[in-house]
Amino acid sequence: MFKIAKNNLPALFRKIKEQRELYLPIRAAEQVNYGVYTEDADVALETLKTVKSPKDAFFPQSETLYTCNKEENKWSITPEELQSQEFVVFGIKGCDVKGIEVLDRVFLSEPVDTFYKARRDHGILVALACNEPEDSCFCKAFGIDCTDPKADVATWFVEDYLYWNPLTDKGNALTEAVKELLEEADDSKVKEQQEATKKIVEKLPYMSISLDGWNGDVLTEKFESPLWEELYKPCLACGTCTFVCPTCQCYDIKDYNTGNGVQRYRCWDSCMYSDFTMMAHGNNRNSQMQRFRQRFMHKLVYFPANNDGMYSCVGCGRCVDKCPSALNIVKVIKAFSKEGGEK
Amino acid sequence: MPLNENEFRPKIVAFCCNWCSYAGADLAGSSRLSYPADVKIIKVPCSCRVNPMFILRAFEKGADGVILCGCHPGDCHYSTGNYYARRRMTLLFSMLEYLGIEKGRTRVEWVSAAEGVKFSQTMNEFVETIRSLGKNVRLGDLRCKN
Amino acid sequence: MQELVTRAKELLKDGTVTRVLGWKNGDLSYNPEPAFFETEEALSDFVYNGFCGANLSKYMIEASKKEGKTLVFLKPCDSYSFNQLLKEHRVDREKAYIIGVGCKGKLDIEAIKKQGIKGIETIKGAEMTDACDTLEISTIYGDKTVSYDDVMLSRCYSCKGKEHVIFDEQMLESRDTATKGRFDEVEAIEKMSPEEKFEFFRKELSKCIRCNACRNVCPACSCRKCVFDSNKFDSAQKANVDTFQENMFHIIRAFHVAGRCTDCGECSRVCPQGIPLHLFNRKFIKDINEFYGDYVAGEDIDAEAPLTHFEFTDREPNEERG
Repeated sequence: MFKIAKNNLPALFRKIKEQRELYLPIRAAEQVNYGVYTEDADVALETLKTVKSPKDAFFPQSETLYTCNKEENKWSITPEELQSQEFVVFGIKGCDVKGIEVLDRVFLSEPVDTFYKARRDHGILVALACNEPEDSCFCKAFGIDCTDPKADVATWFVEDYLYWNPLTDKGNALTEAVKELLEEADDSKVKEQQEATKKIVEKLPYMSISLDGWNGDVLTEKFESPLWEELYKPCLACGTCTFVCPTCQCYDIKDYNTGNGVQRYRCWDSCMYSDFTMMAHGNNRNSQMQRFRQRFMHKLVYFPANNDGMYSCVGCGRCVDKCPSALNIVKVIKAFSKEGGEK
Repeated sequence: MPLNENEFRPKIVAFCCNWCSYAGADLAGSSRLSYPADVKIIKVPCSCRVNPMFILRAFEKGADGVILCGCHPGDCHYSTGNYYARRRMTLLFSMLEYLGIEKGRTRVEWVSAAEGVKFSQTMNEFVETIRSLGKNVRLGDLRCKN
Repeated sequence: MQELVTRAKELLKDGTVTRVLGWKNGDLSYNPEPAFFETEEALSDFVYNGFCGANLSKYMIEASKKEGKTLVFLKPCDSYSFNQLLKEHRVDREKAYIIGVGCKGKLDIEAIKKQGIKGIETIKGAEMTDACDTLEISTIYGDKTVSYDDVMLSRCYSCKGKEHVIFDEQMLESRDTATKGRFDEVEAIEKMSPEEKFEFFRKELSKCIRCNACRNVCPACSCRKCVFDSNKFDSAQKANVDTFQENMFHIIRAFHVAGRCTDCGECSRVCPQGIPLHLFNRKFIKDINEFYGDYVAGEDIDAEAPLTHFEFTDREPNEERG
């Protein structure tokens, strides 16, 4: 294990940037989101939750796939180039690392998404352990240890130092590149910090929610529950929950008329939207109750059914913080376990 | 007016109502009054047919300036259309200015079917204004620029 | 708050209303959600406190399509939205029984967290029976206090007033919370140079993730199908593909509600990226007031709406602001 003084971090960022593009939490107009590091960026590494998850680094909200251009009656088609430069995502939390694992299941299984794969192959994840998880966090319910994130490099803030522990080949390569700034350290301080954080985790209200009864085999039972009819009512059908989510992976492919050609791009879609999965025959889900149910069934039933029991929620709690109507997956889980208990 | 190759040629969209302003443009033409070829006219049934999206779309697709021409207040073919257009454009232009888009890039002029001279003058002036403002970089879709 | 529940139970019991639209206790001390209650028992979850910021008027559009009357609790600013919807024939007055509830300013949990308060267990001092001057917050890191007036939603600092414009009966006291002029922020921007204005809005709007929460929560955005949801619309509906798309959505949305926006501030409350979206709507309101005379949307349902009305002497669009 290595360490670097906190006030030396800008030097570390500059060093990384010499060879690789660096994404990290940056504050702009009072909100913290992942962005590209520049000299004058307001880096906010201590932020527990960025508004948007870091999934943008691998699966951007919108990306061009190819461009058709007409010049003097001749059409040319230019595919978008795949990521070929290494880049680093710094400060990613345990839950978001797991979120990327969920995305891997979707995009790296056949047929492999080449755009996503190229980014995954070239991306180095530097995870940062949480010191003070918040009331809306419930990563523990999904078996995630926020004090011990598993990425290419794991880091911890303890007192005035950032502790640095490479875990993979990619992580070792990055460590090698910045070695002159790091000093050897033992992990006793980190262990203490982890214990302290675990005590906080114990006290948080959402950490202990039970996922009993949610798995890939309960499709009919959950799907037909009358509870959905009650739960969806305050939902405004906006896409906030899906767009801040680290695991929501649905997208739409659209064409844009540039005047002398067409640009084909894909952008995130949300199951909350009325035109989601619209087809020639119409729409699969035409009431908001069905759309609302889709989101939670996908996270807690359909996804585990297809992915060896892995849930596609990681308990980051962004939807809990951001829903305009204060709805969220925890309230859904609780409503179902309450119903189960009363029976 | 002769232009050298490097000189900036703005793209101007002029929405003209069918009854007055388009006829005014016609008269300018048949009277051999010149106005720059940078102005592309789009004929609309009435100035109030133009909704704010039209103006924004024009900018999106690369216009450097947008002008709306209609019948003089009181002369609308449909009696009152241009009065509504006047309120809408007043608010929209004020909003664009508020967002930091140069005020000179948008304009409304009332041009009657008999005002070929005014049409040509207005267009000459407007093109001059836009030429001095330069390219519209603040309100266009980058994808349309290539 | 208990008197609200008692009254709601009475109205349910005597058959005046078939359901109650209010707020339901959340599972944390600060996340109540809008809810329909159909039985007296269900009302045990009813809550009305400083965290009930949601404007229930929008839900009345759906409730108006249902059988029977709905009892709805409207805060003073929500009553403007309801009135405006009534003017537009989007809600049915006959289907609504309105209890105008007092408001002591609504709290912004983000603002509380911005004060460095984490791991919240309970929050005291946000009940309508409280004086609403101090919040006592117990957290897993110890007890904290914050001044109520420091952590309200931004809209409450420039409140239009605490009078209900429509109601069947009124309950609970209000408290004046306005400390700033409604148009102060707009004026400050108007004074900037074009470059500064552009820079300011770019910074704010580039955060937009096009979740459409501002649109969906807006009581004035009551179209059955939004133009931005049309699949024949040659524009990004769900992603800000580039800067133009960011601008366009917010300009067009503000324009669509110009003259109809009651300035309830829900758009700014719900924005996950904290974009001050009310600045667009207030700009239109300010312009309408200046150019066409003072107009408060939702105040008077018989008043001529500014964009469906005109005067022969209206100002010209090219005129410089004098």
